[in-house]
This record gives sequence, structure tokens and C-alpha cells, in this order.
Amino acid sequence: MIVVKNISKSFDETTVLNGVSAFFEKGKTNLIIGQSGSGKTVLLKCLLGLHTPEAGKIFFGDNSLTDMNEKKRRLLRQKMGIVFQGSALFDSMNVEENIMFPMRMFTTKNDDEILDRVNEVIDRVNLTNSNSKMPSELSGGMQKRVAIARAIVMNPNFLFCDEPNSGLDPKTSILIDNLIQEITKEYNITTVVNTHDMNSVMEIGENIIFLQNGKKEWEGSNKDIFKTDNKPFIDFVYSSEILKKARKALKES
Amino acid sequence: MKIIVNIGSYFLMLQKVFEKFTKWSVLKSLIFKDIEVLIIGSIGIVSVISFFVGGVVAIQTALNLTNPLIPRNLIGYATRQSIILEFAPTFMSIIMAGKVGSYITSSIGTMRVTEQIDALEVMGINTYNYLIFPKIIALLLYPFVIIFSMFLGIFGGYLASVLGGLCSSAVFIEGLQIDFIPYHVQYAFIKTILFSFLLATIPSFHGYYLKGGALQVGKASTTSFVWTSVVIILVNFLITQLILA
Repeated sequence: MIVVKNISKSFDETTVLNGVSAFFEKGKTNLIIGQSGSGKTVLLKCLLGLHTPEAGKIFFGDNSLTDMNEKKRRLLRQKMGIVFQGSALFDSMNVEENIMFPMRMFTTKNDDEILDRVNEVIDRVNLTNSNSKMPSELSGGMQKRVAIARAIVMNPNFLFCDEPNSGLDPKTSILIDNLIQEITKEYNITTVVNTHDMNSVMEIGENIIFLQNGKKEWEGSNKDIFKTDNKPFIDFVYSSEILKKARKALKES
Repeated sequence: MKIIVNIGSYFLMLQKVFEKFTKWSVLKSLIFKDIEVLIIGSIGIVSVISFFVGGVVAIQTALNLTNPLIPRNLIGYATRQSIILEFAPTFMSIIMAGKVGSYITSSIGTMRVTEQIDALEVMGINTYNYLIFPKIIALLLYPFVIIFSMFLGIFGGYLASVLGGLCSSAVFIEGLQIDFIPYHVQYAFIKTILFSFLLATIPSFHGYYLKGGALQVGKASTTSFVWTSVVIILVNFLITQLILA
């Protein structure tokens, strides 16, 4: 689990996160949602240790990320798997090399053992027979699958996904969402997904944090969405006239 | 002011390159890959340019020898001195700043804009060491490229002189041997080793600290070429002043 306590982060004069607290549970898909510029990517980067908050603390289990020295932070990072918005696959490496990269870097396993594990995760993300393909030969959805495979190959305790559905069609988005949720349950890990895709929210949002202007405005699960009267959250979810009318009709019925 | 900040960042980057080394087995494959791209991949262009520039130096020297009192072996002498002292180490390095430097900046810059560097960092890798150190080591072989350049430059001059009827083979070779100071070759290689370090690190700096998207990758490649060339010229002046003056 990850606990975020009252963190704040500014860039120059602009406050991007303002006293945000959150609790990301183990074995659940935790979603950070909000409009563009609401601070969700900055929050994710604070969790990854790429940004240091000016105030507040972040705990991974019992360990405070904000108080860790660089060595401990590097060790913690080896327990993290990350799926970046643009997949961030190494374009000089093929699928197999991309996935085996963290194992080559941080384990003492021999090539056969590494290859066995790589094939296992390639099968798990349904990319069988794609081992020798280069990232440029893959579709957006396949690239995301490779990124997920690379993120889970080291059996991480924490999985972070930054906009995993961006640039994907709705059907592929749902497949990726389901894959993330299945992996979360299967590996019993703490998953944090950063998204503004409402399909994902409805599909896999077991624990949702809604950010607006750097503040947490709402927290709940996808089941709570229909019950809430939180205005900023409702304005975000039911942003179009059609959805507003649909909500009204649903309430009246 | 920005230039001072950049110089400071450059030296801090150099410090980080030599901290927390990447696993040797991984580093080794990166070094070999960089040797292939940066060194072996440059031999073709270096050969062509050196050969023809050597020829041009010989022809132009011969054309300016209008006074019959000046011996024709000066063609070989001038070709040797120009190629060994300046053309091969300095001007070839400026050409390499365009070829190798742009490659380094754009490859690291593209990794930056596509979040590949973030991905490495989050994995707990010292990205400075992982990305820049192999290039520094690969470019330690750069003096071999310069040996190649020196040989082909002089050979180009020889062929242009002999086949063009500017002087005989024996006269050209005599010119090559006149007043030969081996220390000049040492001086050329001292410069080359320094330039190879600059060729690896200045373009890496421009790629690593790049902000923005594809357009900025192009701009950074140009800026890196300009700065690498300027620094090479300045260092060339300083080294020449220190060693030869």
C-alpha cells in the first residue's frame, strides 16, 4: 500500500499540488483522475520519486519515500513497475530485449532463466510470437502490452500507469484496463493508474481519487459515482449535455 | 547568465557520469554498440574527406610554388604538416561534431522526449552513466580514426601530386621526410583525445537536458554542433598555445 500525507508541490509561482492526501490499497486498482492540469501527473511523478514534494510525506508500506536516501530510493524503484503514457519502450531493442532489460540490469539470473520469465510475461499479456518485433512495428495497443510486460517482469510490489489508454481505440482501451486489473489481482500488487478516461473509471475504478486545481475533491469507488452529489466531480464526469440529461433522467427514474 | 548555468550543469553531469556504475555486462554491450555506430560508422566519411582534402592541399601548394628557388618537395612537406597538425585532428573533429555529435544529441534527446530516460531512472538506473559513459569509452578509439585520416590525407596528396604531374614520387616522399618532428604527432594525438571527450560529452549534455518535443530535438542537434565546434576551436587554441608555443 501507499500512503500520501498532505503533499504540496509548486513550480515557480504555480502551486500544482496543494495538501493532497490519499491511500492506495494493495490488490486494488487505484485511479487518479482529473482534468488536464489538475496535478495528477505531478502526483504520479511524486510517487515515483521523480519530483520531490515541498511538504508532506509519501509512505511505501512503512518506508517514507521523502526521507529515503538515494540508495534506498533506487532499491525501492526496483520494486516498482511503470507504464508510461507513450509506452517509453527502448526503440533500439526488440520486444524481448525491452522486457528482459530490467532482469539483465538487476538480477544475476542466467540467459535461459531470464528468457523463460520473459516468455511467461509475453504470454500473459497475449503477445506470443512477437519477441523479435521492434517497437516501431507494433500497434499502440501492443506497445502498451509490452510496456505492461516490462513493468511486471520483475514481480513488482507497485505498478504505476500514466494514461495507459491515451491514443487507443475504446475496445483496445478496455482490453488494456482489464489486463491491468487482472494483473493487479493476480500479483496482489498496489496499482495506481493516472487517467481521464471515464471508461477506465467505470471499468476498473476500485478506489478513485479526483483532483481539481491541485486539491483532492472527491474519493470513492466506481460504484459511488452514481450516488455522489459532489459538484466538481459531477461536472467532470457529466461534462457533456447528453450525459447531464442522462443523469437527470436516471435520477428521476 | 544562462551560459554560466549551462557550464555548471555540464560539469555536474560529468560528475554524475562517473558515479554508480551500470552492471558491467550491460555496459560492455553498450560500449560495443557505440563503437560500431560512432567509430566504425565514421570511417567511410572520414576516408573520403581526408583523401580528397589531402589531394587539394597538395595541388594548392603546388600551384603556389611559382618561385623556381623553392624546392618541389615542399608539396609533400606542406601536405604532411597541414594534415598532421590541423586537418586530421581539428577539422576532422569538427566534421565529426556534425556526424557523431548530432547522432548523440538526437538519440539521447529522443529518449528524453519519449520518456525512455524517465523509464530508466524509475528503474533505479544512473542514466548519466548508462547513456554517456559508453560513448566516452567508445570515442577513446577516435584517435584510430584520426590515424586513418592522417594516412589517407597524405596518400591523397601523394596521388594528386604524382598522378597530376606536380612532382615525382621520390620528391614528394623526400618532402614528407624533411624536418619531421615526431612530437607533432604526439601533439596531434593529445588534441585528439581531448576532442574525443568533448565530442562525447557536449552533444550528450544537449540531448540529456532537452525539453520539449521533436522540433526541440532538431534544434538541440544544431546547437550541440555549434557548441562542440566552438569548444573544439577554443581548446585547440589553448592546447596549441600550451604545447607548441
